[in-house]
Amino acid sequence: MEKYSDKVMDHFMNPRNVGELKDANGIGEVGNPRCGDIMKMYIKVKDNVIEDIKFLTFGCGAAVATSSMVTEIIKGKTLDEALEITNKDVAEALDGLPPIKMHCSNLAQAAIKDAIEDYKEKKTKDF
Amino acid sequence: MKKLYYFDNSATTKIDERVLKSMLPYLKENYGNASSIYSLGRESREAIDSAREKVAKALGCDGKEIFFTNSGTESDNWAIKGVAFANREKGNHIITSRIEHHAVLHTCEYLEKQGFEVTYLPVKKNGVVDIKELKKAIRKETILISIMYANNEIGTIEPIKEIGEIAKEKGIYFHTDAVQAVGNVEINLNELNIDLLTLSGHKFNGPKGIGALYIKNGVRIENLLHGGGQERGKRASTENVANIVGLGEAIELATENIEKKGEYVKTLREKCIEGILEKIPDTILNGDREKRLPGNVNVCFKYIEGESILLMLDRLGICASSGSACTSGSLDPSHVLLAIGLDHETAHGSLRLSFSKDNTEEEIDYLLEVLPDIISKLRRMSPLYNKE
Repeated sequence: MEKYSDKVMDHFMNPRNVGELKDANGIGEVGNPRCGDIMKMYIKVKDNVIEDIKFLTFGCGAAVATSSMVTEIIKGKTLDEALEITNKDVAEALDGLPPIKMHCSNLAQAAIKDAIEDYKEKKTKDF
Repeated sequence: MKKLYYFDNSATTKIDERVLKSMLPYLKENYGNASSIYSLGRESREAIDSAREKVAKALGCDGKEIFFTNSGTESDNWAIKGVAFANREKGNHIITSRIEHHAVLHTCEYLEKQGFEVTYLPVKKNGVVDIKELKKAIRKETILISIMYANNEIGTIEPIKEIGEIAKEKGIYFHTDAVQAVGNVEINLNELNIDLLTLSGHKFNGPKGIGALYIKNGVRIENLLHGGGQERGKRASTENVANIVGLGEAIELATENIEKKGEYVKTLREKCIEGILEKIPDTILNGDREKRLPGNVNVCFKYIEGESILLMLDRLGICASSGSACTSGSLDPSHVLLAIGLDHETAHGSLRLSFSKDNTEEEIDYLLEVLPDIISKLRRMSPLYNKE
């Protein structure tokens, strides 16, 4: 099988920002158990900035590593900046992913988008 | 070097030193073509004949019924396509099971495109083919039944004797893919109504790239490869003498004291199964508790995915495998795990460990020491686990 980069393995073995975020104000969830990938992202937004972020992932090594990496990239970014992050950025930050695992980085980016949308929806309802 | 814990003997095995030694002369000084008339060639011929007798003796058949091939996959292809094409005027129906290896399943799917009809029998929850379903599936056009001896993933041993009797009574050829069984369980062709049997050398400490097909005397079968007159005109290709010699040596070694070795491997399996089920909650044992290969353990850990488990085990030097989608190269988990009724989510969390006579109790102790922590770590990361 194609080898994962050292960075992927580092993020897989020592994932950053794992867990639930109790005071999250945006939650995103993508994927489904059928395909073997689910990512759940919790974000805490204050003054348009992602102050804190955590994730839970059911999936392979690449799914865990991309989740971890995306949380690292996004933490401290504004919502607009966060939405600009592409799946390619995530894969590149991990020194690449095997071709059949590229969909995992799509998923990580989609989970962030979903969380931000959830935050925006909740905010509109608050008014 | 870090210690390696090799628990993937169903994938392949380590070549036995004695096997390697038996092969070396045929890779060096004894390079003669077995079809040549001079003594260098005749030595190769004699080596092949002797290996053939060893295979025949191990299985309880005649040397004339053993044909060397390049792999288990080739043997399966030959058996199924060869019988199908040679018996087309008798009928166009084949029966197999849903848990066969892809070498059988994809061959059958190919034959469907060629106008054959195939019944893929369901299996019971324990992975055993339902004999009642088999009887129901038989038609007057049925020309071949192909059911594996033992499953490569969940280790289930199929009721081969019973199936053979049914096939014989109905006058249908019976092929069995015994790649996982040969060298692990005793097989005596004298007592079984098997017409064709597939085996592969690297599954019992032989070299890779060598297999054999047992074809019972009198079976009508077309050739798969056309060319020279090797293998009594049935399988063209210059013989791979070294590999054939290695296969002969390996099967002789593997079938000597096979029961005693099996008993030992079984104690490792039992220790492993009991340890896992005791230490790790929300775990399912796949396959039959009793009717399984001596070295096979297959479990599903709920809420997590198999490749993650394998990566963490690999970091500790432990080699194992999984039926998750990520390890199968597709989006679906193993067809075997789905066929025994598991849902996709559970099937993604499977782990297969396959032990051999070379494994030790201490190695199992180590596995049982590290595995619970790996499973907990992954579960803490899983959104499915936290939902509960």
